[in-house]
Amino acid sequence: MPAHPKLAAAFIKDKDRAHWHDQSLWFVRSKRDKAVNQLPEWELLREQASKIKSYVVSHLPDLLEEFEKNAKAKGVHVHWARNATEHNEIVHGILKQHEVTRVVKSKSMLTEECHLNPYLERHGIEIVDTDLGEWIVQLQDKPPSHIVMPAIHIKKEEIGELFHEKLGTEKGATDPQYLTEAARQHLRQKFVGAEAGITGVNFAIAETGGFVVCTNEGNADLGTSLNKLHIACMGIEKLIPRANDLSVFLRLLARSATGQPITTYSSHFHGPAPGAELHIVLLDNGRSEISGSDEFRRSLNCIRCAACMNTCPVYRRSGGYSYNNTVPGPIGSILGPAKDAKEHASLPFACSLCGSCTDVCPVKIDLHHQLLTWRKEIRVRGLLPYSKRLSMKLMSWMMQAPSLYRFAGKCARSIVPHLPRFLLYNRFNAWGKQRELPDFPKQSFREWMKKNHDDK
Amino acid sequence: MAPKVGLFIPCYIDQLYPQVGIATLKILEHFGCDVEYPETQTCCGQPMANTGCTNEVGPLAKRFLEIFKSYDAVVCPSGSCVSMVKHHYAEYFTDNPEYEALKGKTFEFCEYLTNVLGVKKLAGRFPHKVGLHQSCHGLRELRLASDSEIVGPPFGTAQALLESIDGVEVTTLQRPDECCGFGGTFAVAEEAVSCMMGEDRVHDHEQAGTEVLTALDMSCLMHLSGIIRRQKKPIRVMHISEIFAECL
Ligand code: SF4
Repeated sequence: MPAHPKLAAAFIKDKDRAHWHDQSLWFVRSKRDKAVNQLPEWELLREQASKIKSYVVSHLPDLLEEFEKNAKAKGVHVHWARNATEHNEIVHGILKQHEVTRVVKSKSMLTEECHLNPYLERHGIEIVDTDLGEWIVQLQDKPPSHIVMPAIHIKKEEIGELFHEKLGTEKGATDPQYLTEAARQHLRQKFVGAEAGITGVNFAIAETGGFVVCTNEGNADLGTSLNKLHIACMGIEKLIPRANDLSVFLRLLARSATGQPITTYSSHFHGPAPGAELHIVLLDNGRSEISGSDEFRRSLNCIRCAACMNTCPVYRRSGGYSYNNTVPGPIGSILGPAKDAKEHASLPFACSLCGSCTDVCPVKIDLHHQLLTWRKEIRVRGLLPYSKRLSMKLMSWMMQAPSLYRFAGKCARSIVPHLPRFLLYNRFNAWGKQRELPDFPKQSFREWMKKNHDDK
Repeated sequence: MAPKVGLFIPCYIDQLYPQVGIATLKILEHFGCDVEYPETQTCCGQPMANTGCTNEVGPLAKRFLEIFKSYDAVVCPSGSCVSMVKHHYAEYFTDNPEYEALKGKTFEFCEYLTNVLGVKKLAGRFPHKVGLHQSCHGLRELRLASDSEIVGPPFGTAQALLESIDGVEVTTLQRPDECCGFGGTFAVAEEAVSCMMGEDRVHDHEQAGTEVLTALDMSCLMHLSGIIRRQKKPIRVMHISEIFAECL
């Protein structure tokens, strides 16, 4: 897969679309601003959430055991998965045992991370995503491009076209209400026919053994109440210690994600319904390794609100697919290299270090500093291209010798202004493709100082 | 006694924008500082640090401390380079009291005027619509102004100084503090995104009626003016110190 700059440039080639994408996401960011400014205690909430999550990450083993004990006491089956393969095998095992062939799933980035859909399909199980956006990208056979709004990159005309082809809706239809209704009717059939429901988990409560799933469409409720088997898949960092802590996180999550005061549905699951079975699969997949790293531990605080994506000036203009990672944007650029530094080596550099992500993050992850730390890590692991390493070495060497620096500066300032334009502006000069170079002055500041100031 | 100020002029300002160094010097002297420009200074090492090449930064950080440690204050017309010194040198100096002292006395230019010299009003007249680009490192690293992400009362040293000048009208942007897309090596490594970001900032200033575009950081302005000049937009670009000096 090409690196981020290439994929980003390809996305931007269609300028109108890139602008449209940028503005759609900026609209969400603005809604977030309005919502959070109504809470004078916003910064306090962030501080609290950050502290609670840091506590969780540093007490993971104890809290996980507490959660397991309390969940089991409620009649829940608890499973542990070290990695994606184990996770998928466990889920498949449960389904097979119940002879299930049709499953509905509400939105879960974790199952995307594990590529559960193709795995189950290979084993003859039909799995349907029931979150509208996620279902749309599933129909396209594509992954989500955003973790809260999976189809944010698709225009309504394209959805009309897709539905016409797959569901037989009218050709050329673009009315959102008409299209949503068509999706609704189609998904209804799937809900009714499903023999099991899979959900993600937003918050799991150690103290009670229960968990909460937040959706705006109510699809988690429907998908788990029409049948007798519910499998909830969660990353081990999704824990919170007490039920009380929900009062902090539920207020932060929806405001940060979409600017809503709270998600339309916050579904609480505390044990299976009468006559039904409830399974929880706890996945590690590299998380405990991150929890052992002083530098990157805080990235496990993430509650997947996507505020950092909505605010990221790069993400908004380059689109989710340019990251080539299940989770895109700033947090994805930290989690991606943690999983495979070589494959995702360009992501920590897909950032202007503006720091906006750090300031919107509801759990106060120092995202842009972690990205900078990743750059160092990539250099240390020898994954930085040789040309970059060499130029930085040369530059440092020159900057340690003032006379050399003065000489180089003087040469550049006396030569560049006399060069013909084609020598300055060509394909080797990425700066000059869309920008003018500065006018090179005759005199540097230090030369001016020598002449005009020092002998004063 | 006049404070002895070590003038820290980032390498690219020294070589490409001498007028910004001169303006900074003039203003500091105008307010009674005894300014010295230590000749041996070169670069703070930010380009290497931002590329992950921290090995290459160490010697530059050590030089920097040696050159500047004896001044009462170190003042620099760039928030980004100040943030490099204050926030990203720590790994090269373990338990070094000289570095701790340096951190406390290194200031961005407007910050120094306002918070140390207590300047509240600038003289002169500048009858223009001024667009203030909030350079990210001054904003979110040094916290020289409030940003649109954090909930709290608004503040900002640069804007207050600008507005104290007769005739200045600071324009209102649709996105008050979005990044311009310079980002050091990012400007070249991610050329497409960088230029689109810059273009969007320029458009925002155009719709707001900006006549003079200014910022705390010449690096953001180098990028934005590169786009403005290529697209032949009628916006004049000046570093904030140049505006102050023109009003003297
Ligand atoms: S890193 Fe922070 S802002 Fe980004 S998705 Fe996670 S919680 Fe939200």
